[in-house]
Amino acid sequence: MKKSFIERAAAYPHIVWSVLFIIAPLIFVVYYTFTDADGAFTTENVERMFTSNYVLIFINSVCLALIATVICLLIAYPLAYIFSRMKEKWQRIMILLIMIPLWMNFLITTYSWMTILEDTGIINSILSLFGLSAHMINTPGAVVIGMVFCFLPYMILPIYTVMSGIDERLLEASADLGCSGWQRLTKVVMPMSLSGVISGITMVFVPSISTFYISQKLGGGTFQLIGDTIESYFVGTAINYHFGAALSLVLMILILISMAIMNHYTDSEQAERRRIK
Amino acid sequence: MNRKKLIELRGITKSFDGEVVLDNISLDIYEDEFITLLGPSGCGKTTTLRIIGGFETPDSGDVIFDGARINDTPPYKRHINTVFQRYALFPHLNVYENIAFGLRVARIRDEEEISRRVREMLEMVNLKGFERRHVTTLSGGQQQRVAIARALINKPRVLLLDEPLGALDLKLRKDMQNELKSMQKRTGITFIYVTHDQEEALSMSDTVVVMNNGSIMQIGTPTDIYNEPKNAYVADFIGESNIVDGVMIDDYSVKMSGHTFVCVDAGFGKNTPVDVVVRPEDVDVVAPESGMLRGKVTSVTFKGVHYEVIVDIGGFKWMIQTTDYVAPDAEIGVDIEPDAIHIMNKSEYSGMFGDYSSFSDELDALSENTEEEED
Ligand SMILES: Nc1ncnc2c1ncn2[C@@H]1O[C@H](COP(=O)(O)OP(=O)(O)O)[C@@H](O)[C@H]1O
Ligand SMILES: [Mg+2]
Repeated sequence: MKKSFIERAAAYPHIVWSVLFIIAPLIFVVYYTFTDADGAFTTENVERMFTSNYVLIFINSVCLALIATVICLLIAYPLAYIFSRMKEKWQRIMILLIMIPLWMNFLITTYSWMTILEDTGIINSILSLFGLSAHMINTPGAVVIGMVFCFLPYMILPIYTVMSGIDERLLEASADLGCSGWQRLTKVVMPMSLSGVISGITMVFVPSISTFYISQKLGGGTFQLIGDTIESYFVGTAINYHFGAALSLVLMILILISMAIMNHYTDSEQAERRRIK
Repeated sequence: MNRKKLIELRGITKSFDGEVVLDNISLDIYEDEFITLLGPSGCGKTTTLRIIGGFETPDSGDVIFDGARINDTPPYKRHINTVFQRYALFPHLNVYENIAFGLRVARIRDEEEISRRVREMLEMVNLKGFERRHVTTLSGGQQQRVAIARALINKPRVLLLDEPLGALDLKLRKDMQNELKSMQKRTGITFIYVTHDQEEALSMSDTVVVMNNGSIMQIGTPTDIYNEPKNAYVADFIGESNIVDGVMIDDYSVKMSGHTFVCVDAGFGKNTPVDVVVRPEDVDVVAPESGMLRGKVTSVTFKGVHYEVIVDIGGFKWMIQTTDYVAPDAEIGVDIEPDAIHIMNKSEYSGMFGDYSSFSDELDALSENTEEEED
């Protein structure tokens, strides 16, 4: 069907917006990556990443982000399932409770975790009553906790959305055909909620791997993640847009690759459906 | 016939939110039986089926299966499978895997056996070659067949079918009725069938259970139900009927519309008020002066096989089905044979049904449509 003029005109603001805020920055990133301070072409910035400890920083970041993502999944999946089987009124309340932290700035959430995890923080005050203490702040563990609590809603919401769309009668049908409670979960709920899990993983993994404030506040600069490193080249003491851009570009490519891998399953499934139709 | 009882419902009562949906239902279901729960939408058919399947527990009363009480047995432990009202096929599996589902859950590992049994089922429901198709790409009738194959592959003792043909068009529905009936005969599995379509119930079943408002009105063979309805409600629900106020003068003699008829019923006592049922096809049109009753034709509708004629006899509108044309506004006489007259005791349904004075085809068609749209 031909689109009317109005319809086409309505798309222009979006195109302008995309060019201004997505395409142009991308071009800048690529430009800075492959130029030096004088604006001459160079691959030095990219090479530098493979010659020093930046590989290690990348590996660290991927590991922490993966751990946080897995923990989020383990917490979110059962929660989402329970929510999706509640009475509708309770579902709405629970989802509201999950969303409320999202209305708060992540920085505030992170600061509150600082006060909880500090050596003189809430947990340690309680532990000290029993003569115990635990050093938690400025450890990778604290960073993971921060990531989990900031990004958990992004795991719960997509999984819940998919699960609440699973027709109750499909669960009854599977029980009818001999599925116990556990089998109902593995044979129907899990395969049917896969797409929600994949968007959840994407939505947690991506901000986790690129975060810098969580690792700065809860990691205390004792170790560096890729997000901190990039930030330090743009606003830190050793400003170097060119190398920072190179790091960003590699991070972006890394994220795109992992998203492509994760989407592989759902994509091939959907493609098959389309093919049959 | 030596029939073995398979399922007994004993005094089942069930309420939802304080509203009684099933009121003291008792029913015996036998092995190798095709039994149909028939009643209007909302009368509790699905709820009865769900109690048998294990998806609802009765508030009081017992469900007995093969001699054992199974009130608290979960669905997956019952030898009962269901064809759900809107199929409920698994959208993440193809046709083959939907049908194989029950076998996989039963931990059958032998792929050759699975494949053989799935193919057997596909053949039975005429879906050969559909193995790899995705269920969302199938038509309603095809989905229906997959649902039946999926439910039968585990060789259940009982198959529950909840209005399985409701979403199909007329032609397909007739074909599927025959197929289901022959499937039941071949497999020897007890079919418990739910429908609000009386024609479907009469043509398929060994036993029909007429329900209304959470109670059972009558249980019997299709012929019994049709020829000897217990009350005006059943008479009206099972096909068209004229239900006339009458008085049983004596055994084999009933008076209605001012004429005393010979009939074949007895045992009602003398001068007892009764409801008299006469099926429209059992009324013979004769010349005005020679008829037992006499009336004026108010409307004539051509129905293909016969004409449907509404006749005003002493203020009561009768429906008559006849193959001979009569003219509107004509005076006609009618005769009724003794064995066409069925006598029923007065009941709470007396006077509510069986008069065609407000009858209109459009109204009927409308109400039928709305009924079909419901689940
Ligand atoms: N889960 C439920 N909660 C509340 N009311 C219900 C529920 N299931 C059925 N009902 C009510 O019970 C009555 C009978 O329903 P149902 O057994 O589905 O009738 P039928 O299948 O004969 O149309 C209806 O009034 C329906 O609204
Ligand atoms: Mg129903």
